[in-house]
Amino acid sequence: MQERFVSKGKSARIAKGVILAGIQQTRTISRRHFLRLSAAGFTGAALLGVAGCGGGGETISGGGQGGGGAGGGNTFVFGRGADSVSLDPINTTDGESLRVTRQIFDGLLDFAPESTDLVPSLAIEIPKPENGGRAYTFKLREGVKFHDGAPFDAEAVKFNFDRWRDSKNPYHKGGGGQSESFAYYVGQFGGFDGDSIITDVEVVDEYTVRFTLKQPQGPFLKNIAMSPFAIGSPKAIKANVEDFWQEPVGSGPFKFVAWNRGSTVELEANEDWWGSDLPASQGGGGPKVDKVVIRAIPDNTSRVAALTGGELSAADGLTPEDVPSVRDSGLKVEFRPPLTIGYLAMNTQKKPFDDVNVRRAIYQAIDMDKIVEAFFGDTGQVATTYMPPTVPFWNESVERYPFDPEAAKQLLKDAGQENLETDLWYMPIPRPYMPDGKGIAQAMQADLEKVGVTAKLVTYEWGTYLERTGQGDHDMALLGWTGDNGDPDNFLNVLLGSASATETDALNIAYYKNPQVDKLLQKGQTTIDQSERERVYLRAQELLVEDAPWVPIAYAKPPLGFQKNVQGYQASPTGGEAFNTVELTGGGA
Amino acid sequence: MQIIPVLLGVSFVVFFMVRAIPGDPAQILLGQQATQEQVAQVRENMGLDKPVIVQYGLFLFDAVRGDLGDSVVTGRPVTTELLERLPATLELTAFAMLVAVLVGVPVGVISAVKQYSLLDKATSVLALTGISMPIFWLAMILIVVFFVNLGWLPFPGRLGTETTITAFTGLVLVDSLLTLNFAGFWDGLLHLIMPAIALGTIPMAVVTRMTRSSMLEVMNEDYVRTARAKGVAPWRVIFKHALRNAMLPTVTVIGLQVGLLMGGAVITETIFSWPGVGQFAYDSINRRDYAGIQGVVLYGAALFVLVNLLVDVLYAIFDPRVRY
Repeated sequence: MQERFVSKGKSARIAKGVILAGIQQTRTISRRHFLRLSAAGFTGAALLGVAGCGGGGETISGGGQGGGGAGGGNTFVFGRGADSVSLDPINTTDGESLRVTRQIFDGLLDFAPESTDLVPSLAIEIPKPENGGRAYTFKLREGVKFHDGAPFDAEAVKFNFDRWRDSKNPYHKGGGGQSESFAYYVGQFGGFDGDSIITDVEVVDEYTVRFTLKQPQGPFLKNIAMSPFAIGSPKAIKANVEDFWQEPVGSGPFKFVAWNRGSTVELEANEDWWGSDLPASQGGGGPKVDKVVIRAIPDNTSRVAALTGGELSAADGLTPEDVPSVRDSGLKVEFRPPLTIGYLAMNTQKKPFDDVNVRRAIYQAIDMDKIVEAFFGDTGQVATTYMPPTVPFWNESVERYPFDPEAAKQLLKDAGQENLETDLWYMPIPRPYMPDGKGIAQAMQADLEKVGVTAKLVTYEWGTYLERTGQGDHDMALLGWTGDNGDPDNFLNVLLGSASATETDALNIAYYKNPQVDKLLQKGQTTIDQSERERVYLRAQELLVEDAPWVPIAYAKPPLGFQKNVQGYQASPTGGEAFNTVELTGGGA
Repeated sequence: MQIIPVLLGVSFVVFFMVRAIPGDPAQILLGQQATQEQVAQVRENMGLDKPVIVQYGLFLFDAVRGDLGDSVVTGRPVTTELLERLPATLELTAFAMLVAVLVGVPVGVISAVKQYSLLDKATSVLALTGISMPIFWLAMILIVVFFVNLGWLPFPGRLGTETTITAFTGLVLVDSLLTLNFAGFWDGLLHLIMPAIALGTIPMAVVTRMTRSSMLEVMNEDYVRTARAKGVAPWRVIFKHALRNAMLPTVTVIGLQVGLLMGGAVITETIFSWPGVGQFAYDSINRRDYAGIQGVVLYGAALFVLVNLLVDVLYAIFDPRVRY
């Protein structure tokens, strides 16, 4: 999900929402801004003519009041690469927004720490599918209160889902950057109103709520556990839906305090959190720090410097080169279990890559162990199949084709492609699944040269790169994926289903179309029978390995750096860790 | 009133240049997973499906009413974004210029008075180094030395984690004094030092060179010789007779530099995580936020023109011959 600035999902309303959000705000000069300008003695007071509306915080701050720095006191300071966009979880899709909402809100279900297994959260148990997967009944936790004191009950759940689902609902809006988009709802549950897979949310009694589905959905419960579907306080939403995105109220382990744009988000411990007594294996316990400050430091080197200098308790977004130097500074490095895959896609609609033997030859010509060792170091492991091992139904019995330049030469000779000239595209910027596209492409180019394949390296600016690979202009191209919910459907169907091999904006940039695989993936998406899902996904991976539409590269394990005194951080494959288990032991940094 | 044609020209150039950058903002907004229909729909909603000239007309129509459009990234009006970030940039600029002037002018004067001395030569070399110095490099060196290794100065941002200041003006130093928050004032001041030095280095070098050459010129004027001949104390000759006249070109240079820095010091603000206009510019360009880029450039241009106007006014103060 960190992959995009905005969304997956079929929401077409995003930009409209953006525009509407602006219109809904008044265009007068607020008194505060006028005062600010005057007091600043700003010479360009003439700019007042273009002064915008009010807004902004009442305080300027580097973090929370009281407490201490990263080393002393009891404030956990987390450094990251970008600020949040919106703090209404359903109205955002970027990882940095969800990282914050994760602390403030709880969902009905959750992912267990450090994995993508489901655990109960605001629901007390994981419901069983009823009526062949067309209904689910959630038993809710009693005695939970939102941060504004409003009670959590079945009505609150219904209120939230109705807000998201029904486009005529008076609260089907949210202000902020992505007003009205509800993009994740569209993405995971098919759309609003008639398009929604959830057709009804019914209050059975105060603590029981029943969902009715139009059709069975394999990943339904995984979807419910995703951060965007966290439950907000109906009282707060009703009171001011327009500002909910910047004044979020949930029931989570931390309460929202302040958001200093472009800089920090401050949270404080929710002493009354319902999850304090839950076992750690279910994500319970804590919160063990008084305050959390989530700080945006866009420059990578600056962020690492802030960590080594002791200003941050933890830092995200380390590069593979940072890992040894951070360790050398006496700090800790931990890795998130991989939920990403990087790959070299071959355009199967273009000659000679329509020939499976040519694809196999490319596959066997590249020394992937060496490439992963050189460019990922500790932060990656060589990929064997088409999705990472943290995803259920990962096929551990399939293996890579061995690195064998001689076999590759023979395959090319048999296919009549002895002096193949082609192009190899790489992305211009580091991605979570590919730290150095250019370096990897150059290494591949050198390997291919040895088997008589001349690959010309091609790159474009990132937006253009996606656009052009999405319309199949490439022969071979590097790309990758970060999973959203840890379901195989989110990898195999999205990246290799023929429905994703569209003429433009294709996600299946190998343009791989195999009806047999499609049938399996379709089955996996609509069935709720776990053993059946296991069978189809294991089989699909076998077929994919045979067809070799990609050369899988690596599963990246994103590194995090910590001060020595930080304990209990549970690095999660989804990248969205809850901070309630984090503890700062004495000693400081 | 030159500001109107200037802004019109700038808006025209930036509007079309932004659209000439490769990369479709709708595609970037939606990311890797977007479908064709989504992209088309977003383009339509953003008005990008209309002919560019129509888009420009609509933009101008809104802009004259003070509406620079909404930032695609944050969804808030660009004017709000700029106004909220202005105090941070203003404070940083003020300090950088303070460094530049307090060091640059005296050093320039001394090296002019002691022309060809060792000090003069050292100054010339340092000034040249300052002008050619890559800011990001200097900034990183400062951070590594004074924050990571010595731990003397705080980093990053405007305030430490434990400091909070009630905002009136958005200027940390002013607000902290207004609320008698002296710890906050001190913290804010310390946070300003490194970015101000990094940002002030180039202007400092420019000011030094300009002061020196301008002083050298003035020192050869008849009235300076006359003043010396009639026995005026040397320091009085330098500061009263020479410097005041020599300041005219220096003031112009200072004005130009202020205009440049106020437009947002992209590199310095990004490295120091300084939530100012420069950081907004960086984000906007990264995300092809057309409205954001246009807003930042127009604001920068307007500022530049206004600062120049102010410099012209200052001329009248320094040079009694100038009357408007």
